[in-house]
Amino acid sequence: MSSREQILAAVKQNQPDLLPLPNVTPFQEITYEDALAQYEAVLTAIGGKMYRVNSMEEVKAIIKGSYNSLEKRVLSLVPELDDIATAAYEINPAAHHLADVELAIISAHFAVAENGSVWVTEELLGHRAVPFICQHLATVVSAKNIEPTMHRAYTRIGAAEYGWGAFIAGPSKTADIEQSLVLGAHGPRSMTVFVLND
Amino acid sequence: MTVGLFIPCYVDQFYPGAAIATLQLLEKLGVTVVYPPNQTCCGQPMANSGFEHLTGGCNRLFIDNFSGFDYIVSPSGSCVLHIREHLHDDKQPELAKTIAHQVWELTSFLTDVLKVESLPARFPHKVGVHQSCHGQRGLHLSSMTELVAPNFSKPGSLLNMVKDLELVELDRKDECCGFGGTFCVAEEAVSAKMGKDRVADHLKHGAEYITGADMSCLMHMEGILKRQGSKVKVLHIAEILNSEG
Amino acid sequence: MTTETKDHAELAEIFNKDEDRVDWHDETLWWIRAKRDKSVHQLPEWEALREAASGIKHNVLSNLNAYLQEFESAAKANGIIVHWAADAKEHNEIVHGLLAENKVTQMVKSKSMLTEECHLNDYLATHGIEVIDSDLGERIVQLAGEAPSHIVLPCIHKKKEEIGDLFHMYLGTPSNMSDPQFLTETARGSLRETFLTRKVALTGVNFAIAETGEFVVCTNEGNADMGAHLADVHIACMGIEKLIPKREHLGVFLRLLTRSATGQPITTYSSHFKKPRAGQQMHLVLVDNGRSIQLGREDFRNSLKCIRCGACMNTCPVYRRSGGHSYHTAVAGPIGSILAPNLDMRKYADLPFASTLCGSCSNVCPVKIDIHDQLYKWRQVLVKEGYAPTGKKIAMQVMAKTLASPTLYHAAGKMGRLTIKYAPFAVSNKLNPWYKQREMPSSPEQSFGEWYAKNRKK
Repeated sequence: MSSREQILAAVKQNQPDLLPLPNVTPFQEITYEDALAQYEAVLTAIGGKMYRVNSMEEVKAIIKGSYNSLEKRVLSLVPELDDIATAAYEINPAAHHLADVELAIISAHFAVAENGSVWVTEELLGHRAVPFICQHLATVVSAKNIEPTMHRAYTRIGAAEYGWGAFIAGPSKTADIEQSLVLGAHGPRSMTVFVLND
Repeated sequence: MTVGLFIPCYVDQFYPGAAIATLQLLEKLGVTVVYPPNQTCCGQPMANSGFEHLTGGCNRLFIDNFSGFDYIVSPSGSCVLHIREHLHDDKQPELAKTIAHQVWELTSFLTDVLKVESLPARFPHKVGVHQSCHGQRGLHLSSMTELVAPNFSKPGSLLNMVKDLELVELDRKDECCGFGGTFCVAEEAVSAKMGKDRVADHLKHGAEYITGADMSCLMHMEGILKRQGSKVKVLHIAEILNSEG
Repeated sequence: MTTETKDHAELAEIFNKDEDRVDWHDETLWWIRAKRDKSVHQLPEWEALREAASGIKHNVLSNLNAYLQEFESAAKANGIIVHWAADAKEHNEIVHGLLAENKVTQMVKSKSMLTEECHLNDYLATHGIEVIDSDLGERIVQLAGEAPSHIVLPCIHKKKEEIGDLFHMYLGTPSNMSDPQFLTETARGSLRETFLTRKVALTGVNFAIAETGEFVVCTNEGNADMGAHLADVHIACMGIEKLIPKREHLGVFLRLLTRSATGQPITTYSSHFKKPRAGQQMHLVLVDNGRSIQLGREDFRNSLKCIRCGACMNTCPVYRRSGGHSYHTAVAGPIGSILAPNLDMRKYADLPFASTLCGSCSNVCPVKIDIHDQLYKWRQVLVKEGYAPTGKKIAMQVMAKTLASPTLYHAAGKMGRLTIKYAPFAVSNKLNPWYKQREMPSSPEQSFGEWYAKNRKK
């Protein structure tokens, strides 16, 4: 008998009688009076930064004003922001060519108020490694797309097809050394979210 | 109402004052109290050590001693919890179940059954309350810091009825003192360290007395206080609630 | 009982020789517990979430056979290659086989307590394969030649000066440099090189979704993703109990996991791996290693609900004062103490006794495992199975006999024999563990029973 059959047989023999699956839909009701304010507060608390903007021009101006190393490689996955990028993303299955990206600008499907995260899937990223390998990450999300909680986030995701997706909440961080918080463990040292009124 | 008084073995032997105060307090509140003289122990020392199968004798004795009362009251949350959760007898299972449900820890008996709203007690001192784990997390004598639930404290509400008594706030409201039955000797290093840390919290906040609903934890902390030469004393909550004005 | 290794009490005693360090360890973990409290008190629905998570996991355990098959076929349809490992040995062989197949001798690995449980690194080392752990805390203990002392905070037992010394020795930092920012930056540089050069990356799995065949990996550092997205081969290893039925259940678990662990609202990265990248191989190893046996132990089955948040360790007053290594098993603390005896009762017979049964662990557990009740039940099982020391057995038999007889009890009490023989804490001598740091209670002239007989004569 293969290990597969062996494990499945042992599990079948030892598992108890079927217990019902709880209904989790009531959690859908949880909301915030001001989801965007909640989002901003949480994102700031976890080391991120949020800007409310009215246009992509504003995004460009803020990026130009706040990153002092733009002579380094800036990668844009947001077509409207391509002109501030060093070059637009070119398809390449190996991510190693991204190792020198200073700033990556991506868009996100939506943001989650309760935890400061954004939901991204690989078709927004060019390559799955983009939001990890860059030194700094900037994200654009529409103000209409703020979900209050993770319950609503998964309702929104539904049965969506993707190869890879992630909730990203703030810059990469660690507190492994004596619980001292350090931003920029392996991934981005900063994360900026532009919430676009449109 | 007739109450059977259940005095745990170590209280009987080492802390008769706590038992006397329990008896007098209940009598003061108009309860008829009977102490069955042949009682010994709830069996917890064996059970918590993994020898619950040796507690049959204690169980039978407990049932023999405490059948027929309206309530059984004890000044120990830990022993009460043990009886509630583990008292059984294969020969008379229903009787064992009935008795297990009749057992009450003293402070919750006062607040929930007698519904005491005032006490003629006075105790002009700063007092720290030790939340014994079995009383708190097992019998729900007070809210627990881990849970998202409303705050309450049955021992605290009773102490608030005592004139001139000042309760001190602790940094860690419900951390274990480290007694743990045979844990106190089997894991001496951690047990003693936990006790020292608990005592230090009370001392830091200026407690003159440390009280609680379980004498075993207090015995542990008393051992540490005495070794440190501290003037701070432990008193079972019954002794404070029974103190004269 | 003779054991090759020291037991929890002995290891805890050694840890307690440095009281300042115990205080530091205790306060650090208490601070994390306090952050957890602050975070969960912001959610009025917290207890309902715990209840839901517990219910979902109960359903999973009761239908695990079907969920495993559902997951397997969905994962396969997604292009993931699924492997089954009955035990640690088979798990290690599967991973080694994949490395050999791809002709590589180096691998980068993000945090996986399962691979710790299986001692994968040691196994691969004997086969000439170098593994670099990419989680900063795990990298630190790896450099120190130690095991993680905490499932979420692997090097919580290490002071920054000790870490500075390790980095000086292995990563060439200046001596006496212990600034966390500087040390983290050094590790970042060193590990980035590793990420860019490894062809195979191994990650753990936090949750796997039966319905969709995807799995979720949560990190704060981004190390799992850095490894997986840069490697040609991604191997993910998971215990069979990590399954959950549907995506929507992640809404419950991701809300609970990190708030319980560190007080964060969510980890920085919650990555959903559904399909391999174009040109990438994605392998998933489903590991039993005793889990199906635990599933059959009614009293201990629900320990398999665990989502490895570590909250029970942070709150445990014993763990905080004895350190993770005193549990001499991969998963330390209260949860480890109810998991480990399932794997080896003799080796881990001490662990269920390394607790005061205070119950704080069960209260913080996000999936409502009755941890302290299981500790109590393991004690009964271990004694019945013959793992109690003989001296303790005899003492317990004498105690039970004495306490079951009012005559013996009163006689013993009166003559002080109860105190001497059966209440070990009450003997005032240096050999007695009670007396080492505590005074005995003073002996009153009469017991309450005697007082009552005199004062309440009918």
